Amino acid sequence: MSSWLGTLLLLVGAAFDLVGCIGLVRLPDVYNRLQAGTKCVTLGTCLILLGTAVLVDCPACSVKAILCLLFVLVTSPTAAHALARGAKVSGVPLWEGSVLDQWEGTADAGRDERP
Amino acid sequence: MKNRITLFTVCLIVWLLLVWPFGRSPAGVPDVVAGVLVAAVTAAIMREISMERADRWLNPVRWFWAAVYLVVLTYYIIRANLDVAYRVLHPAMPIRPGIVRVRTRLKGAGARTLLANSITLTPGTLSVEVTPDGDLFIHWINVTATGIERATERIVGRFEWFISRIAE
Repeated sequence: MSSWLGTLLLLVGAAFDLVGCIGLVRLPDVYNRLQAGTKCVTLGTCLILLGTAVLVDCPACSVKAILCLLFVLVTSPTAAHALARGAKVSGVPLWEGSVLDQWEGTADAGRDERP
Repeated sequence: MKNRITLFTVCLIVWLLLVWPFGRSPAGVPDVVAGVLVAAVTAAIMREISMERADRWLNPVRWFWAAVYLVVLTYYIIRANLDVAYRVLHPAMPIRPGIVRVRTRLKGAGARTLLANSITLTPGTLSVEVTPDGDLFIHWINVTATGIERATERIVGRFEWFISRIAE
């Protein structure tokens, strides 16, 4: 039972990671690519770690896998935010098909450092 | 001082989880001693990490809402993934990206961090910037509302209530 569940989690996780990679290639600009990079890869990696935790016959390894899962869940969106903000502040333009940009023209745009 | 005690406790718990199960001979004494030393050094070095009102970590009501929130967040994360997967795999790639401005009532740095990270993990939205006055700029892969009120309702509304009970 647990081996079926673990295998299923691994497969679904790998599928989400694959979609994330396809998104990284297909989507137009850095911001859209980060969307695919954070969402699909976070869930995919978390599912793989969860599958590992279920699958391995070793409670200590399961605990470590769950800890890794929590770290990924916290650090992945933070890293994506840092990359997106860095790109925007240094002037990487949005894809030309983008419908609006409410940041452009505000006092915060183009500011290099926080006060 | 409270900050450092909290930090020390968190470090020690993570350490103990990592080294568990302990060595056989004197029932894990070396592991625990090493953990106490490492956690103490970390807490001493990292004193700039300020947690506002660290005693809030001890409140069980906050932990209860955090547990509920984890379930809610998991639901949105799964929805986010199916949504992005659909857009990526669809031959025509139906995206209408843009950056919108939303506003939050949350004041604390921890609460705003939790909100920004939750937004990044959920359907089609990515936090790009948080301003000191509580405005967030969100990259939205499929813009469906441009006004600040509507966008705030769609993006921030589903989390704010929980986060104000967990971290505010």
